[in-house]
Amino acid sequence: MQHNNLYTFKFITIITLVASFLLALASTQLKELQEFNVELDRKKNILKCIGKDVALMKAEAIIVEYKSNISNIILNLNGSTVENITSENLESIQNKSTGQLNYFLDNVEYLPAYKSSSPEAFIIPISGKGLWSTLYGYFALENDLNTVMGITFYKHGETPGLGGEVEKKWFQNNFVGKKIFDQTGELVSIKVVKGKVNDVYSDDALNHGVDGISGATITSRGVSDFLKRDLLRYEAYMKNNRTN
Amino acid sequence: MEKKAKAIISDPMVDNNPITKQILGICSALAVTVKMEQAVVMSLALTFVLVCSNVIISLLRKGIPRKIRIIVQLTVIASLVILIDQILKAYLYDISKQLSVFVGLIITNCIIMGRAEAFAMQNNYKDAMYDGLGNAMGYGSILIIVSTFRELLGSGTLFNYSIIPASIYLENGGWYVNNGLMLLAPGAFIILGLIIWVQRTYTHYIED
Repeated sequence: MQHNNLYTFKFITIITLVASFLLALASTQLKELQEFNVELDRKKNILKCIGKDVALMKAEAIIVEYKSNISNIILNLNGSTVENITSENLESIQNKSTGQLNYFLDNVEYLPAYKSSSPEAFIIPISGKGLWSTLYGYFALENDLNTVMGITFYKHGETPGLGGEVEKKWFQNNFVGKKIFDQTGELVSIKVVKGKVNDVYSDDALNHGVDGISGATITSRGVSDFLKRDLLRYEAYMKNNRTN
Repeated sequence: MEKKAKAIISDPMVDNNPITKQILGICSALAVTVKMEQAVVMSLALTFVLVCSNVIISLLRKGIPRKIRIIVQLTVIASLVILIDQILKAYLYDISKQLSVFVGLIITNCIIMGRAEAFAMQNNYKDAMYDGLGNAMGYGSILIIVSTFRELLGSGTLFNYSIIPASIYLENGGWYVNNGLMLLAPGAFIILGLIIWVQRTYTHYIED
């Protein structure tokens, strides 16, 4: 069938208008639910990294638990707590090559963190490059600001079954109880070793290493690197507030 | 259901399977078959897009100007894909996180454009719907077969439930190790190749 140009224009205009109207409608209708999901996922992961079993928790329970337990604190680069600012005020800027997130307000850098009341914990956001993607997660320390309470990753694009194992329980559980400061008080962080940590390290060093993921050397190395880098930013606060 | 409809649905399941016969839609068959859960959701998302796009395009077929028919098809398909992506983000957030970009990439799935151009443009909306359903099931069944092998051999699980007993794993003192190759794209290629081999032995189909 032959159609003239005017008809063609009319036809495509109508199609485009109808399609864009429907998509705009869907997007505005679903936006609230989608943002709720993203926020819920964030809360879920903060709770998960302080050892709460969130897998079977309902959305409402997560919100209640989060509200009653977690508070947001903002630190300046000297490690002191800053009042009157919440994390919503901060603008995050990502370093494209390392995946690190920096937070600014009026060109002054701040560090957001979270405190949990039961169990008492200090939680920081962590992010950085693995093999294919940037990994985002949370890292929780016990009240002594030295012993690891937990680690989670809520967003990554690593190969499932290889680098993607970072989201698995076995990997994350290895961090629990490890120490980030060595005996001389230096921040050594936790290193993801190649192979089993028991074969690689001994004595005190065992406290600062976890089993690696076989077949995911670069992801493992990435996690070690950005964990240390992000912890170093909070070192001033930890040194000021450490109890032992 | 009348005979013709049955034939339209069953033909792309085996004899004219879009993946194993026409070798279309390979990209997503490699990408989302690591875990069965992803493969099932991906198949459902594709079914939705393929059936809807076939019906819409079939209904519009007499009005679509020939010169811009591909543009119109793409507009319809792209809109449907964005729609399903938004719905997944709103209602199945965890799975949509795992599928990430692959839902968006349904737009480029050759099966959908292929069916729109080859079938929906010439047939009424009922047949187009059956055709969409048949092709989506043909695609989905291959995805599910491939992902069954990949998840079982690569991770030792099915739908995230452990199938292979933990005690026989090497780290627990046994002898078994998951096959890491199955988790990577080459593993899917090998399984897909084997499926095609088996099917062609059985149907005696020979490439010209």
